[in-house]
Amino acid sequence: MTVSEIFAKLSAALPGRGLTLEEGAVEAVIRVPREALIETARRLRDESELNFDALMCLSGVDRAAELEAVYHLCSMKYRHRVTLRCVVSKDDPVIPSVCSIWPAADWHEREAWDLIGIRFAGHPDFRRILCPDDWEGHPLRKDYAVPTSYHGIPLTAQLPPENTP
Amino acid sequence: MTEPRELNIPLGPLPSDVEDVHGERMILQMGPQHPATHGVLRIELETDGEMAVRAVPHIGYLHRCFEKVAENMQWPQIVPYTDRLDYLGSMNNALGYVLACEKLFGIEVSERVRAIRVLAAELNRVASHLVAVGTYGLDIGAWTPFLFLFQQREHILDLFDELSGSRLLYNYIWIGGLSHDLPDGWLKKVRDFLVYMQPKIPELNTLLTYNKIFLERTGKVAVLPAETAIQWGVTGPNLRGSGVKWDLRKIEPYSGYETYDFEIPTGTGEAGRVGDCFDRYVVRVREMEQSLRIVEQAVQRLERMPADDVRAAIPKTFSKVPVGEIYFRTEATKGELGFYAVSDGKSKPYRLKCRTPSFCSLSVLSKMSPGLLIADVVALVGSLDIVLGEVDR
Amino acid sequence: MSLAPLVFSLLFVAGVIGYIAVFALLAIWLERKVSAHMQDRLGPMETGGWHGWSQTLADLMKLLLKEDIIPTAADNFLFRVAPYVVFVGSFAAWAVLPFAANLIGTNINIGVFYLVAVSSTVVIGILMAGWASNNKWAMYGAMRSAAQMVSYEIPIALSLLVPILLAGSLSMQDLVKIQAGGFWHWTVLRNFPFPFIAFVIYFWASLAEVNRTPFDIPEAESELVAGYHVEYSGMRFAMFFLSEYANMFLVSGVVTAVFLGGWHAPLPALEIAAETSALGHAITGAMWFSIKAISLVLLQMWLRWTLPRLRVDQLMHICWKVFLPFSFVNVLLVSLWAALSR
Repeated sequence: MTVSEIFAKLSAALPGRGLTLEEGAVEAVIRVPREALIETARRLRDESELNFDALMCLSGVDRAAELEAVYHLCSMKYRHRVTLRCVVSKDDPVIPSVCSIWPAADWHEREAWDLIGIRFAGHPDFRRILCPDDWEGHPLRKDYAVPTSYHGIPLTAQLPPENTP
Repeated sequence: MTEPRELNIPLGPLPSDVEDVHGERMILQMGPQHPATHGVLRIELETDGEMAVRAVPHIGYLHRCFEKVAENMQWPQIVPYTDRLDYLGSMNNALGYVLACEKLFGIEVSERVRAIRVLAAELNRVASHLVAVGTYGLDIGAWTPFLFLFQQREHILDLFDELSGSRLLYNYIWIGGLSHDLPDGWLKKVRDFLVYMQPKIPELNTLLTYNKIFLERTGKVAVLPAETAIQWGVTGPNLRGSGVKWDLRKIEPYSGYETYDFEIPTGTGEAGRVGDCFDRYVVRVREMEQSLRIVEQAVQRLERMPADDVRAAIPKTFSKVPVGEIYFRTEATKGELGFYAVSDGKSKPYRLKCRTPSFCSLSVLSKMSPGLLIADVVALVGSLDIVLGEVDR
Repeated sequence: MSLAPLVFSLLFVAGVIGYIAVFALLAIWLERKVSAHMQDRLGPMETGGWHGWSQTLADLMKLLLKEDIIPTAADNFLFRVAPYVVFVGSFAAWAVLPFAANLIGTNINIGVFYLVAVSSTVVIGILMAGWASNNKWAMYGAMRSAAQMVSYEIPIALSLLVPILLAGSLSMQDLVKIQAGGFWHWTVLRNFPFPFIAFVIYFWASLAEVNRTPFDIPEAESELVAGYHVEYSGMRFAMFFLSEYANMFLVSGVVTAVFLGGWHAPLPALEIAAETSALGHAITGAMWFSIKAISLVLLQMWLRWTLPRLRVDQLMHICWKVFLPFSFVNVLLVSLWAALSR
């Protein structure tokens, strides 16, 4: 099935929930508001002709005033793919977790939290994954400034003064 | 600077000293420096005697900020960084990234470039699997096959040394082509290598694969059901070991793979159960044989192909590229390697997310380990074939 | 009161220590060369010139000069004493190894019994090392080792019962004397197949006693890093290493003495009897004994570099469900044979 067909099927099943289809240069993306995310995800996995049983990738993207979670899904049976996008504002960056639907999301969501700062509500083991547990800030944000030190270890290069031989 | 806020870290109940003294459950830290964890991985193991009750992997020790660096580098400058993701399978990483960019920018490469890329990627797959199989034998206690396989790998590294100037991290596959064409006489050397390698895999089978003790240690151990593997995003030889015939080189072919003749080995439960450690191991051994078949076919094609400029399709400048986003996946040595690239038209990516196979394979460890003996946890981690460079990026 | 036996004993002790030291030096070098050539590489080549023969000496110097590190939270006394307990357990058993008819530490009439009993004390030393290190991984290694060594004592003792039944004595020299006359008289080939089965079981069980692959779980490098001696460095580690090789020779020596003819030559023509020349016999007897024992040590090395390692439950399974029943039945059948052939 093409993305348009998948979108048509979803819109029919979930009317008025705010799903939109965005055309892109390479592939089209289905934009899902966070209130409809869990239901959309469940339908994508369980509907007989959709059967998206594999979550390939879950990425966080920092877009100035908004944060996005991008879900790339694939069906092992039908071999079609679809991309979902869920956008939230930076002031309230909470998205429901899809771990109950695709367990693969577990570590991906932790990474999105760690690096971008999206909170996934309902995540079974919500903590940072790559940075140390007590790290401050979300490194992949565009406005991220590296802290000057971590537990006394300087984090910026100490260049020698100008006139040293 | 973002405001520091309350960190809500849900920690499990930590054992008190009294509990430890009573000796019912013990918490062991395997790593980050440990011979069996294949890199800087820390596995927090809660054991009841010899049996692991819970194994929680902690990663991030090798995090080198690949994605942040990528946002500050121009598109072609990122290729050496991709080499360093799975440092044992550099050609495949670079290929994945480069193909994603080429699709996003609409670049087509010549048939010769495609054939050389396939040749390099498959040789790299053999080298990576040689390490995986050799170190797995080492984990199980067989010292000798490791050295034999590394000797064979040396030949591959010498070939790559001559091809790209480097043994392990090549910076060879570029966006729009390759960095140089094949050296004179190189194809002959590849043919010699294929002849040399011919009896080596049967030798490995005699020495390790069908050794009774090895079969006992890996058969029926740590079974990964196909359902669980798909749900947890496990791909590559781990998924094929569970009996699922899923290989992106056949499902979503790229770089001309659809024109090569090769098979996809899957686990058949030879040592007891489908999806046990032995199946994952034996899939890698069989994949090496198939990769050598592909290498042979690629060499044949390249011998008959006229030389042309491998840099012909490389854009003169990357300062203005098409806007768009793409998720492109390839079958790297350890599974599905996906690059999600977001371009806003500038010379540097807006966002580059790298979805690595080892990241997902490792996540299934905590699900599979309850009930295994410590020796089996070691066997499991070895059979998943993770490279921390990929897990942490 | 004659001083001669006392002087002889002291000389023998010094001799044995010297033998162990030289043997360990040789065996460690040999292990490195054997493993290297089996793995398609060369091994030590530089130290001392010809194929790195003095590599072990150099390593010994290095270990002696290393900083003595004892973990702060380790039990100081047990930590220091453990390597020596392990060494003594093995060294004391060398007292009953019959190098020649007139060359044995002490020819007590319960030689085999003494041997099995004393060599079991090694377990105490290993447990001390693992416990005193205050390291969970060391504890694991020590526990596994204790379980393994204690379990395998039983097939060992039962296998040794077979030649004892045939010789009618527990004394080591008696067990060797009945094998006089050429290799067809050796216990392993007599009353076929029972002593042969006992020989096979004893050999494999002794590999488990010595913690060699495929039974090297206690030191399983890829799991426990180094098992019970992970916290040890320098000379203390060297003691463990020395004990391992001393133990290897000990069990090989026991197999030689009890099953493979001891200090007898393979053919009667090559024998120099004790009566003709005491010194000549001592030298040739010790030579034959050493040749056979060292061949078995080489076999142990060969096995180490070929086979993977067994998991601890598989190891226990083999001991309790395979070796033990076979040894019991073997002893029973040999006793029946001995009784019926009276």
